[in-house]
Amino acid sequence: MAETISLEVLRYSPERDSDPSFQCYEVPLRKDWVVLDALNYIKDEVDGSLTFRWSCRMGICGSCGMMVNGEPKLTCATFLSSYAREKRPVRVQPLRYFPVIRDLVVEITDFMNKLQAVKPWLIRDQEKSPSEGEYIQTPEQLDRYKQFSMCINCMLCYAACPVYGLDPLFIGPAAIALAQRYNMDSRDEGAHERMDVLAQHEGIWACTFVGECTKVCPKHVDPAGAIQQYKLTAAIERFKSFLMPWALK
Amino acid sequence: MDISYHDVLLVGGGGAGLRAAIAVAETNPNLSVAVVSKVYPMRSHTVSAEGGAAAVIKPGDTLDEHAYDTISGGDWLCDQDAVEIFVKEAPEELLRLEHWGCPWSRDPDGHIAVRAFGGMKKMRTWFAADKTGFHLLHTLFQTTLKYKTVTRYDEWFVTKLLVDEGRVQGATALELMSGRIQAITAKSVILCTGGCGRIFPFTTNASIKTGDGMALAFQAGAPLKDMEFVQYHPTGLPFTGILITEATRAEGGYLINKDGYRYLQDYNLGTPTRQPVLRNMELGPRDRLSQAFVKEVEKGHTIDTPYGPVVHLDLRHLGEKLINTRLPFVRELCLKYENIDPIKELIPVRPVIHYMMGGVHTDNDGATPLPGLYAAGEVACVSINGANRLGSNSLPELFVFGARAGKAAALAAMEQKSPSEHVVSQARDEKLRLEEQFLRKTEGRERIATIRSEMHTAMENGAGIYRNQTSLEKAADKLRELRERFQGIRIDDSTRTFNTDLVAALELSFMLDVGSAIVESALDRTESRGAHQRTDFPFRDDQNFLAHTLIYRNPDCSTRLEQSPVVITRWPPAERVYGLKSEAEKSRSEVGHG
Repeated sequence: MAETISLEVLRYSPERDSDPSFQCYEVPLRKDWVVLDALNYIKDEVDGSLTFRWSCRMGICGSCGMMVNGEPKLTCATFLSSYAREKRPVRVQPLRYFPVIRDLVVEITDFMNKLQAVKPWLIRDQEKSPSEGEYIQTPEQLDRYKQFSMCINCMLCYAACPVYGLDPLFIGPAAIALAQRYNMDSRDEGAHERMDVLAQHEGIWACTFVGECTKVCPKHVDPAGAIQQYKLTAAIERFKSFLMPWALK
Repeated sequence: MDISYHDVLLVGGGGAGLRAAIAVAETNPNLSVAVVSKVYPMRSHTVSAEGGAAAVIKPGDTLDEHAYDTISGGDWLCDQDAVEIFVKEAPEELLRLEHWGCPWSRDPDGHIAVRAFGGMKKMRTWFAADKTGFHLLHTLFQTTLKYKTVTRYDEWFVTKLLVDEGRVQGATALELMSGRIQAITAKSVILCTGGCGRIFPFTTNASIKTGDGMALAFQAGAPLKDMEFVQYHPTGLPFTGILITEATRAEGGYLINKDGYRYLQDYNLGTPTRQPVLRNMELGPRDRLSQAFVKEVEKGHTIDTPYGPVVHLDLRHLGEKLINTRLPFVRELCLKYENIDPIKELIPVRPVIHYMMGGVHTDNDGATPLPGLYAAGEVACVSINGANRLGSNSLPELFVFGARAGKAAALAAMEQKSPSEHVVSQARDEKLRLEEQFLRKTEGRERIATIRSEMHTAMENGAGIYRNQTSLEKAADKLRELRERFQGIRIDDSTRTFNTDLVAALELSFMLDVGSAIVESALDRTESRGAHQRTDFPFRDDQNFLAHTLIYRNPDCSTRLEQSPVVITRWPPAERVYGLKSEAEKSRSEVGHG
């Protein structure tokens, strides 16, 4: 018998269980297997009712975020072997701070609404038609917002954010980073429109700069940086509107 | 039973589906649009596309050259009128994406940058580093959020198209979160569900790529076209099947065998040069490169691994700076999934199932022969890809034909009455079928994973890079057996909430249907062309096969095959020649089937 590793997976079926509980599985420990491979092994060979999301298995679709030993992880990019030395089973749970639909599947409607609220699209006073060619943008201008455009909406940053855990109205790291992605884009003229959503209480002011969001981001987006940056912009704008209300659009 | 009413229904929310949704909204802002997707749209497989999107934008390049590269790359099976539309509208579509915010990589002066790509004679591939599909999909998805007439059905799985009086009028769908089954009716329906790579064991395709739209159309009576043409991408990582983009070779990467030899020079793909040369060596087309790999295996020139033979992709000479700026995702994937750093180490690669040239038969506006039904993107076959798609043509195809299908479907919807009562009773029947066949069944014994894995083996052995009559007939027999055994499928999960076991069973039944269509079409084409290589018929046969294969499902579930003519406008069939060859050599050279 080849080497194996134990997984403790949180199971919950709203139709059958009053409370979630852990179920233990023994899976083969293979050098190139990630946590997601182990879950698929269980689903295929042991229990087809185990429920989780996944798709690309290459860290870009953002579907397979879960808590692994208490940390938010993309399970397609988390090797089983990195837990092999620990004496306890690998614990797999749904992403923290989200309502659980079933087993490892969480509800992200809240994020989808918040994303829409920050107007994550290019806003122009005057749109150009495609026949007039591209908007000019130098590589330096691209670099100003590029990292914020790398967000894959995997929700790890929300699962890491203690402020979101306490206050679900907090608009949260990814949505703010994506708003900044457009605010910083040289082609965009919509920053003032996004201000209403971002500058309210649950917007950026709620963030206490814990910085966990930036630490867990698998794509090296820096939401904490985006939030701090925006706090500064918003403070200046507020100050301006107080002193010179005519200066704002 | 719940019923919702819309004017246009999109099945699938990837690049083609979202582009089509916007096209409907722009054609008529009063139309109600539904986007039904089994995953949140930003999870769609468009997200995985790496290398780029081809469109003529730079001085010195012409639409005719893009058309010629596409047509010769497709081994003359492309419809040339469709290709002419495609190359003409591609630049405008990519510019539209730029105007919507896509972070295209730029030249120092701020204009769009382009890179080289396999099979293209000029540099015309737009890119957003090596995450082009990701950026395009998120740009499109975020842009659709501003259209109030677009209603999303996120994480809904379509099980059947509703057809009444010869017209498609909606679909039955399962909401994963609640387990509710309902009818979503519409005056026109557009399929944008992508490909079906998961029919094969080793694929770059995401787990969601199970040919749903192809099967839905086929079952509803629409023909599938050119299904025998399945593209292997020459450079996938072993085990995971993760794609290493062609951009690695466009930037100057080498493919080498176990002796460190650039073996492509032995297969009529030109002579090695230090710098990459367009349409030469590593920048030859995907079908030819994948076929060369098989020949190297036969000669014993490959490297053995636990996941089968591989060759090496060598990027080391490109240097850290270029790899980090132009190919950052490739480095990230190699480091995270193979524990290899391409700056210092060789990358093990092998051919891997990547793309379906075939799909639901459509005209140039995405319309299928079944009234009310449209298709765009990889699920469709217009055909601009012929017998072999060129890298970086699939992304612009999503937008050009997504937009055309959206517009045509919108105009058609404006002429139609509301759906009939029959449609609703059909949906009720479908709900009953799902409950009886799957949810309330207790006696099933066959495991989903077992049938799926036997299907994988049958497809790889029977319909891989090289096929012949014996291998294909064996695969056909096996698939027939698996379809019968599927009747005894066991569903472990009998609850309603987010039942992914039920979804896996439905996807498997779709894949068995589409797999059979691939095998039957491949049996029928007794020639070799592009990605369809028959060892028993090794040459291209324009006399008998300069034609599309159409496969229909009859009401009694038997199938029938037909041919339809290829549209030739300005480029008569010729030999496919790659490499640095003079015109004189061109006429002497042996082509294509090594």
